[in-house]
Amino acid sequence: MGVGIEVRGLNAYYGKHLALKSVDMTVPANHVTAVIGPSGCGKSTFVRCLNRMHETIPEARAEGEVKVGDMEIYGAGTDPVEIRRRIGMVFQKPNPFPTMSIYDNVAAGLRLNGFRNRKQINELVERSLKLSALWDEVKDTLHKKSGASLSGGQQQRLCIARSLAVEPQVLLMDEPASALDPISTSKIEELIFQLKQHYTVVIVTHNMQQAARVAELTGFFLMGSLIEYDKTEKIFTTPADKRTEDYITGRFG
Amino acid sequence: MTRSRFQQGLDELRDKLLRMGGLAEQAIDRATEAYRARDAKYCQMVLTGENEINQAEREIDELALDLLAMQQPMAVDLRFIMAVVKINADLERVGDQAVNIAQRVLDLISEPEVPLPVDIPRMAESVSTMVQRSLESFLDGKAEVAEAVLQMDNVVDRMKDEAFVVLVQKMTHDPGTTRASLNVLLIARNLERIADHATNIAEDVIFWVRGADVRHGGAHYRA
Amino acid sequence: MPDPAQSSSSLKISVFRRLTNSLATVFAITAAVLVILPLLAIFIYLLIKGVQSLNWAFFTQLPKPPGEVGGGMANAIVGSAMILGIASLVGIPMGIGAGIYLAEYGRNLFGDVVRFTSDVLNGVPSIVIGIAVYSLIVVRQKHFSALAGSLALAIMMIPTVARATEEMLLMVPNTIREAALGLGIPKWRTTLSISLRTASAGVITGCMLAFARVAGETAPLLFTTLGNQYWSKSLNQPTAALPLQVYTYALSPYDDWHKQAWAGALILIVMIVTAVGAVRIVTSRGTLKGAS
Repeated sequence: MGVGIEVRGLNAYYGKHLALKSVDMTVPANHVTAVIGPSGCGKSTFVRCLNRMHETIPEARAEGEVKVGDMEIYGAGTDPVEIRRRIGMVFQKPNPFPTMSIYDNVAAGLRLNGFRNRKQINELVERSLKLSALWDEVKDTLHKKSGASLSGGQQQRLCIARSLAVEPQVLLMDEPASALDPISTSKIEELIFQLKQHYTVVIVTHNMQQAARVAELTGFFLMGSLIEYDKTEKIFTTPADKRTEDYITGRFG
Repeated sequence: MTRSRFQQGLDELRDKLLRMGGLAEQAIDRATEAYRARDAKYCQMVLTGENEINQAEREIDELALDLLAMQQPMAVDLRFIMAVVKINADLERVGDQAVNIAQRVLDLISEPEVPLPVDIPRMAESVSTMVQRSLESFLDGKAEVAEAVLQMDNVVDRMKDEAFVVLVQKMTHDPGTTRASLNVLLIARNLERIADHATNIAEDVIFWVRGADVRHGGAHYRA
Repeated sequence: MPDPAQSSSSLKISVFRRLTNSLATVFAITAAVLVILPLLAIFIYLLIKGVQSLNWAFFTQLPKPPGEVGGGMANAIVGSAMILGIASLVGIPMGIGAGIYLAEYGRNLFGDVVRFTSDVLNGVPSIVIGIAVYSLIVVRQKHFSALAGSLALAIMMIPTVARATEEMLLMVPNTIREAALGLGIPKWRTTLSISLRTASAGVITGCMLAFARVAGETAPLLFTTLGNQYWSKSLNQPTAALPLQVYTYALSPYDDWHKQAWAGALILIVMIVTAVGAVRIVTSRGTLKGAS
């Protein structure tokens, strides 16, 4: 089951540059929330702060409160590695581990975190691949084919399965379909819609129609600030802020 | 940039709708003039003008559909196109009502003139003003002008109710005037319907400009 | 309508282009052949000269005293194998470790210093390394040993392995690392199990290159292992090694020893080729269908 995310006063820096300015946002559990905005607005930075990936970039840091469920992830003494086990991430360009088989790819998160029980790993791999709608296509070649031999859309679903295998509570997706063709994109979108039953999903997208199709809530970022955050239907039919309207009608961005 | 192509489409849609509005206004004026002058020539003009109005309706709907499919408009642009489609339908109905009026006038003319205590031209002028103002509010995108139109509807409704009372009285006392009275009553009702359409147009403009649904006497903003 | 004047001149240009293309191809092929020729020549010459002296005795018997015919290089073959084995066991892990540091953590001044030092070490003549180990270890211990020889060779392997490891790791796309980090895998585990694994093909090649280079080094062994006509009882004693044996036999005035020197050189090359080939076969068996 997914959990909600409470963000209060989140600031993110790249060196001295303030990329996110005091962001407040409440992401409800088991919903799909989209984050949109023009290039450089901070949407990717925001999402990467939610699983403390932002600080893996040299000279980057974040401060503020981010509560995932009842866990304060920026609290004193919290281990970022532990956080990332509970909050999965899927990236823009599919990145399966090239030297590993499909099975090993999905099991990687489990095995490399010390999980040893063979039977349980098998079950989790199967479950994850079924959840990401890839099981039927690969069940006969799990151990024989490498992760990199799949098509782009399949690779991305593999990456989703890999993230799901460690049973996170939240799934973050940074433009997951932007490198894919329309059919693969619609499969991924369908998948996201199914996933929200079990997980909380936050998706960054520059494609507004995609946000409109998959997300229940949408947040519009501009120059590091969250300008408007509301139900998707409201944002796209009667946005409250003129900047939001200008962006979604294509007058800039 | 695709925005300018889209903008061209929106402008074309607007111009087409305004032109159609002009045709509808013209139809009302001609029907009114037909009544005042008891001239079949004007009736004929209204009847033939109907084709042009119908053709315009078709073109506008087609263009709106294309823009929706091709450009995936959002927010204010989406509301604009929806408003245009609805106003389109209302204007076509206005044309129909003008035709109805013209047909009543033809029937009136076929008989000797009967003086009746109903000032149709005055009512027609109010109605025509309402249509004109509602189209103005669309042209300028001004919700306040549209709101003024909503107020005027009450006046026209009252005029129609008065006409009803007066004409029923006339028919009761002077059965020979029944045919003419009924025609005039029908004309009054047609005019009142035109006023309703003008009100609809004004409501659609407010929806487009403000995002508020003010139909059926309320103001409903999206939660 | 195509202009006839234009088409004939474009025809001319295309003939010129085709000619240049062919010339370049011929040049490339010639260069490749010229590179392989010396290698082939050496190998064939070795084969011809050395194969005559190869027999069962060569592989099983100790060297006979000068003047006596027969004997073999059994101790030198075993000695070389041991010395190279220990050198690899020490040099490769250290080289890989250094390479990991440089690639993953070393984009700073200290890393630059390490890199520079490694390049310098790479260029140090092998005899100088031999002398250095001699003064630091052999003199202190007051005896020659196989271990000292292994150490000298290990030092020579480190820069090559470190460089190869660093470069191969840098070629691993950062998206792979991010994927691992995103799964909650700690950085050290990511480096070892993911980055290194992805870069493994190139790293192994680097190790093989380092191995092949030091396998034939004679000068460092002169000052550290010294050589032995008999079996060594422990690694702490002077030990026979093929390059040393070949050196000694080649410079001797005995014809029989000359022949054995050819055989020794041939066996040395065969050992290197076998080792490299075996590693290639073993590692390629683990490759999956469609993997890079």
